[in-house]
Amino acid sequence: MSALPHLPVLRRGKPYESLDKTEVLDHRTGQVVATVSQVNAGILKKDMRLIGEARAALKKFTVAELVDISSKAGELFLRGTLPLGDKGHQQSAEDYVKTLSGTSGLPHVMVRRNMEKIHYALTHVATVLNGLTRGLPMEVIDRGFGEQSGAAVSYYPTTQALGLVMPSNSPAVNSLWLPAIALKTPVIIKPGREEPWTPYRLIQSFIAAGAPAEAFGFYPTDHEGSAEVLKICGRALLFGDANTVAQYRDNPKFSVHGPGFSKVLIGEDCIENWREYIDVIAASISDNGGRSCVNASAVVVPRYGAEIADALAQKLGPIEPLTPEDEGAKLSGFANPKMADFIDAAIEDGLKTSGAEDVTAKYRGGPRRVVFAGGVYLRATIIRCDSFAHPLANREYLCPYASVVEVPQAEMLEKIGPSLVVTAITKDPCLTEQLLASSLIERLNLGPVSTMKISWDQPHEGNMFEFLYKRRSIERAW
Amino acid sequence: MKNPTADEAQAQLESHLLEIIQWHFSPETGSPFWLDWAKKAGWDPRAEIQSVADLKKFPHFQDEWLRDMQPEVWVPKAYNGRPFNIFETGGTTGMPKQRIGWEDYKTDYSEFSNKISDEHFPRNHFWLMMGPTGPRRLRLAIEHLANVRGSACYFIDLDPRWVKRLILNKQFDQAKAYMDHVVDQAATILKHRKVSGLFTTPKLLEALAERVDLWDSGIRGVFCGGTTMLPQYVRFIVEEILENRIGFYPTYGNTLMGLAASVPLTPEDQFSISYYAPQPRAILRVVDPNDTDRTVEYDTWGRVELTTLTKEFFMPRFLERDEALRRKPRGQYAWDGVAEVRPFGAMEKNIVEGVY
Repeated sequence: MSALPHLPVLRRGKPYESLDKTEVLDHRTGQVVATVSQVNAGILKKDMRLIGEARAALKKFTVAELVDISSKAGELFLRGTLPLGDKGHQQSAEDYVKTLSGTSGLPHVMVRRNMEKIHYALTHVATVLNGLTRGLPMEVIDRGFGEQSGAAVSYYPTTQALGLVMPSNSPAVNSLWLPAIALKTPVIIKPGREEPWTPYRLIQSFIAAGAPAEAFGFYPTDHEGSAEVLKICGRALLFGDANTVAQYRDNPKFSVHGPGFSKVLIGEDCIENWREYIDVIAASISDNGGRSCVNASAVVVPRYGAEIADALAQKLGPIEPLTPEDEGAKLSGFANPKMADFIDAAIEDGLKTSGAEDVTAKYRGGPRRVVFAGGVYLRATIIRCDSFAHPLANREYLCPYASVVEVPQAEMLEKIGPSLVVTAITKDPCLTEQLLASSLIERLNLGPVSTMKISWDQPHEGNMFEFLYKRRSIERAW
Repeated sequence: MKNPTADEAQAQLESHLLEIIQWHFSPETGSPFWLDWAKKAGWDPRAEIQSVADLKKFPHFQDEWLRDMQPEVWVPKAYNGRPFNIFETGGTTGMPKQRIGWEDYKTDYSEFSNKISDEHFPRNHFWLMMGPTGPRRLRLAIEHLANVRGSACYFIDLDPRWVKRLILNKQFDQAKAYMDHVVDQAATILKHRKVSGLFTTPKLLEALAERVDLWDSGIRGVFCGGTTMLPQYVRFIVEEILENRIGFYPTYGNTLMGLAASVPLTPEDQFSISYYAPQPRAILRVVDPNDTDRTVEYDTWGRVELTTLTKEFFMPRFLERDEALRRKPRGQYAWDGVAEVRPFGAMEKNIVEGVY
């Protein structure tokens, strides 16, 4: 057995060792942790010609059987020891935590929380599908037709495979594609360069649980290959920054996942009690190291902007990097230190425009960008902006970052723009009605609920079932 | 035929060199350019170049000379009155480099014919060339190669200068449309005509294979060249495109050198292709870019230096815009080879190669 694990390409489940390999490095020591085979776009194109075989392999199972397999896969993912690559290595759950932490910068405690989210999603696929399909009997998917609430229904797949161009920032985003397997849709995964671990472990979990290996494509590749994944799969999930996703947003073939610009709003009726909500707002900003699109990146209030910003800064500013093993660790290191440099510079640049103050600066007692035990970290940053038009007011960064802006309640909805999650702390029926009617909010939390809370049976970012299946009209004479 | 030993090959090269130097620098046979050059340089290569090692006395050949001078300055006196071909180099824009010639390309490609098998390129059959034709030596060379083997060749042109311009202008849709146009034509020929041998560039080969089943179309051998082919890409071509059943003959060459053939791949090569110059007519060295007198160690990177030694054309120590690994002599080639050729500086910057 070679000393280093090697993650091969999986071509309809079959390992393929390329002559081109990249190295995955520990973010603190720079030590090579594994090598990962890379392939060109041509191999993807070739394999897609036989993708029908992958789908056929899944079609042999009923949805109910695949739901069971998903559930077993969830247990294996959370607790099992699974193959890691093609050189005889095995990976226990604890190995996964340590390895992913080492290469991504996420502390162990956050990796475990992400594991639990994925575990929950896999072990509740039946509930998730019920929510996504609004109670459609799963036999309808097996047979292609049937009845729902007394009406004839028929659904057909929109694609032979689901393409996934994954990010490296947060393992739990993998939860989004998990229902595809139960929905009999093979996956073609281009993993994030620094995070091949989670998709690879998920695939191994599914296979160990009884899913056909042919249903899984794992293709570490370059930009051209990523573009090919998006091009050749009839449906694809795409993650990226605002510029990347903008070009795909209006195409129904793609489900784009860019910055969330999630927010916390406080209504006039609750603003006098703002101190009661500081904990939930701080958690919305900083949980999971501030890396998620559901992390709040703006706090919009009618009054007390300065006081709220100061209270959040007092709470979040002193947080320092801790060792990855520390259960109290709240900050994530950067696998790519240049990203930290870029973010730090972007915030500093924004502060040059008048009307903004880094309120956390006085509580940090040092710079935002710090090096700790060899890793690069960005400490929490709360920016008090005097207007929503300020360049730092509606930004999202891969660290605990939020602006606090005063906006009159009557103008809030017109100012906030598209928001993945809005936590609206208000009981005002008029504001509530406006929020419920808004087309700019994907998920709405009414009351002091963290923006981080998501419900798997209620899609907050596209409905996977409606993405992968389309209803047709049907009439049968026999 | 018995392969020459290193000593035999060196002896042949030394004697060929002396003959070529005599030829190009004698008033009775030499070209106006070299006779004038020697006069200005103030030394007589016929006296001072006595071995291959002495070639270092020449400065690096300047490719501007091939752009700036009228082509007739390169005509050796002995060839006066014989019409010549004017060949131009690859994908560059602006005034192209031009090399004149008469029979060199036939010599190179007749020799190359002995290195390809009848199984992959059946004699008395048909070929297709899909790639840069126009003013390039390659177009006549491929047709000659087919003819030497009793075959005829269809041609689909691709203008690499236009592709390069499109890519530099970021007109990727146009570049793709042009490539589709080229591949469409090739697919049509394969559909309606019997073709067994194919010459093309790697990117066009990949695009054609997406359109047609090469084996079912009758293709049995592919002769490929023109751009970077790193080991994994070679493997992709061999295993995925040609499916280990169509013969693959990668080559390295250009209008100035001719054709460096590759040795057949073995498992130990890990798909790293080694090319060998058609010595004694050309010499390839892999040199230290910062000290070009120095040849780099085997299996390390350096810049490719080409010396062309024929009666039609003398070009000492031209620094190619390529870098490569230096390889040891091998098989029928008792001299150094070059491997994994890529644009010079490829590690430091992106270089537009387009489809060529």
